[in-house]
This record gives sequence, C-alpha cells and structure tokens, in this order.
Amino acid sequence: MTITQSLFYFLAFVAIFSSLLVVTAKNPIHSVLYLILTFFTLTGEYILLNAQFIGIVNIIVYAGAIMVLFLFVIMLLNLNVESEPQKTNLMKFIGIITGGIGLVVLTAALKSTDPSNTVVIQEVDMGLVKNLGQVLFKEFLLPFEIVSILFLSAMVGAVLLARKETK
Amino acid sequence: MESALIIEKFLLITIVLVVSLVVAMYMTLVERRFAAFFQDRLGPNRAGPFGILQPLADGVKLFTKEEILPENANKLLFIMGPSLAMFTATISSAVIPWGRDLVFGDKVISLQVADINVGLLYIFGVVSLGVYGMMVGGWASNNKYSLLGTIRAASQSISYEIAMGMAIIALLMVTGTLSMRGIVDGQGSTLYGLKGTEGLGWNVFYQPVAFLIYLICMFAECNRTPFDLPECESELVAGYHTEHSSMKLGFYLFAEYINMFVSSAVISALFFGGYNFPGQEALANAGVASYWITLIGVGAFFCKIAFFLFFFVWVRWTIPRFRYDQLMRLGWNMLVPLAIANIGITGVVMYLTGHIN
Repeated sequence: MTITQSLFYFLAFVAIFSSLLVVTAKNPIHSVLYLILTFFTLTGEYILLNAQFIGIVNIIVYAGAIMVLFLFVIMLLNLNVESEPQKTNLMKFIGIITGGIGLVVLTAALKSTDPSNTVVIQEVDMGLVKNLGQVLFKEFLLPFEIVSILFLSAMVGAVLLARKETK
Repeated sequence: MESALIIEKFLLITIVLVVSLVVAMYMTLVERRFAAFFQDRLGPNRAGPFGILQPLADGVKLFTKEEILPENANKLLFIMGPSLAMFTATISSAVIPWGRDLVFGDKVISLQVADINVGLLYIFGVVSLGVYGMMVGGWASNNKYSLLGTIRAASQSISYEIAMGMAIIALLMVTGTLSMRGIVDGQGSTLYGLKGTEGLGWNVFYQPVAFLIYLICMFAECNRTPFDLPECESELVAGYHTEHSSMKLGFYLFAEYINMFVSSAVISALFFGGYNFPGQEALANAGVASYWITLIGVGAFFCKIAFFLFFFVWVRWTIPRFRYDQLMRLGWNMLVPLAIANIGITGVVMYLTGHIN
C-alpha cells in the first residue's frame, strides 16, 4: 500500500468513526467536537485529492465559523439530564419511518450512479485556486452569482429578524 | 535526497518552534517592563541582571503550583482547552516565509516550512480555529464567569473574522496570489515605480485601509486590550481561564504571547514587505554574497516583528478596554462596511490604472 492509500484509509476510518460518535454521543458538546473532527478528516481527504483550496475553505467555513456558532448555541442550553423531554412512542415511530425513507432514497440514489473515474485524477492541478477561479468565474458565472444573491438575501433576512423594534 | 529534505524541514520546524517559544517567554518580561515604564514604576528587575531570569522563575512557579481540577468540570475537555490553545497558536507559523532561500554553493535551503499555494487562507483558517481552545476550556470549567468569557470570545472572534477576511480580499486583489512567499516576493519591487525605492514596495503603501482594518482585527483575534473582553478582570474575574490553575493557566497565557508573535510575523509579511529591506538591490549589485543578503533580510523581518510586538504592548497600556456593545458596533457597523468599500475602491482604481481588464 502506498502512503497515499494508507492515509486515505486512515482518514476514511476516522471520518466514519467520528461521525458515528456524533450521533451516539450523549453530550451535545461532544457531538459538536466529533463533528469538527469529521470536518478535519474531510479536509485531509480533499488535500489528498490535491484540492487545497476546498480543503482550507472547508476548515475556515465549517470548522472555523459554523461549528463555533453551533458550540455557542449549545453552550447556552441547559444540559441537565432531567430537563430533557422524553419522546413519546408515536414520535419515535414517526422518526423511524422518516429515517427509513431517507435511507431508501439514499441507497437508491447511490445504486443508480455510475462508478466514476476518480481513482486517477485526470489533471493534477485541477483543484488549485487559480483553476478553480477560472472555472467558477467563466463556465459557472451565472450559477455562482445566483448563489451569491441567495446568500445575500439570507443575510438581509437575518439582519431584519435580529433588528430592534422601533416604535 | 528525501531523507535530507525531511531532516532539513525537521530542523527548521524545531528552530521556528523554539524561537516562537523563547520570544513568547521573553515577551512576558518585556510586557511587564514596558507596563512599568508606562506607569512610572520599575517592573520586575530582581531575577538576574535587568530581570532576564524572570520568565524562568515564572515558569518554575507555574509548573510547581498545585493542579486543581474542579469537582464538576468536564475533566477531559478541561485539560483539552489549554492544549488546543497552544496547538492552534503554534501551527500557523508553518507557512510564514522567514527569509529568502539560503544558497551555499549549490545547496539551497528554504527558510519556509511549507510553501503551499493557499498559505494565506491556511493562516486565516488557523486563526478561526484559535477560539476553540478558549471555548472548550471555558465551557468545561462549569463556571458562570468562564461561560460568559467563552461566549464573548466566540462572538468576538466570529465578528472580527469577517472584517479581517474582507481586508485580506482587497490585499489579494493587489498581490494576485495566495502564497505567502509570492506575496512577500511581490513587495520587493519599487514603490509606485519611483527610482531608488527598490525593496520598499510594501503593501501598506498600496492598501493602507486594509492594513488598518487588519491591525484592529488582529488585536481582536489575539484577545489583547482593548479587545480582551473574554478575560475582562473587572467583570468576569479572569473570564474563560478562571478555573484553570498551574501550567494549564500558563498554557493559556503562553498561547496568547505566541499568537502575538505569529500575528506580528504575519502582518509584517503581508503589509510590511517581510524580509525585503530598502537597499537590497544595491547590496546585490555591489556583489555581496546572497546568503548575507538573506541573513540581513531575516534580521529585517525580525525587526519588523519586534516593532509590532512593541506595538501590542504599547496599545495595551495606553487604550482602555471597550465596552461590549462598543466592540460589536466597531466590528459590524464600521469595519465591515469600510472593508467592503475598500474592496470596491481597490477594484475601481485597479481598473482605471489598467491593472485589470
């Protein structure tokens, strides 16, 4: 096994293991920390694909900003075990059905995809920031700008909701 | 060849780590001496001549103090907090170019641990991770003051990262590269094309507004006065590290000084030309060996770092702490719009002067 392969298997193992722990951990803070670990392993995978830009942006955006806000909110929760509301049997039943349907959809979607040719990257420099920028701002300019407007509207909405009521 | 490269990098990493630790150690002394100077006192001057053994004495004191683990603290996370703070403080020095390549005959030694082509983003990523040490340690203490400090740290770092990122975008438009080495090398040319200013084409003269915004955000990200609300003594006892004792507290304080050192290095590299110094062309033309120029460049870089370290101390003992709402208003209502305007103006000026088409 080459170094790249063993690194891949190691990162994949840690990613799956820590994402399982995200779901099973009793303490929400632990869940968040395991999720951060998962993002780090994903960044490792991106870097193995020589996609440095995506890898670093994954850290900045997810681990550096979104998860900080997650932690921020969860820290403010009152984490006493007694105060956690017990789910009724009906709720559990509905939960199982919804989760099962999601699983079926995912499996079906995965089965219908063709195995892609990703084992060997065609162009090594594909993921570097320069090439990514060329693709984003030339081929995918319109979708890119539309996504920006979507984010802008979300931002304006959040600011509007958080604004103080003026009488 | 492979193993030689690994040994070379290992040595470089060790040197960089040791230098940042020693600088951080002596910054504690420098800080206290300057504080004393600003307040018309003497400061610590008993341990050794001029007090130069004071950091060692502090280290011994911190190591030998009693370790206290609070009864209701989350033990693992409580210890993980300071470790994370140290970890994130030390890893960002990996992409800083400390000097040009050292050339001895046909042997070339790179004075940068890793020249990745997203170096600037890497630093930005590590800076955004820096808050985890405080958050994890503060929350795990199970203390109201620590929790308040933690919450302040999180919201402050998120708020100021936005302005910081936008300041960097304007800088990137001028430099056109994300590689730290590329950014520093780009500043070795002339200033506005004037003759005799070789090695002075520093980004601070092209992007003064971005520099100011970055400087303010740097203070906020390092949790230094006037932005040290997470550990604000007069309101929160000691904020996020109230419950930490012994070397766990020491690590938090130490991480702050390492952060100061690394941020000073980053801002010197981004805006003040890094290892470029005026007169380097003249020296090269006069036939001075290239390794001498490299070494002088490293010296120049460290002088710039020393200036910014002094600046940190200077500001700390001059400007009082912000109130929390003032902090948020400065970040969101002033720095972010200013940074966006700066991006727009930079774009227009670059278009008018024909740098982009």
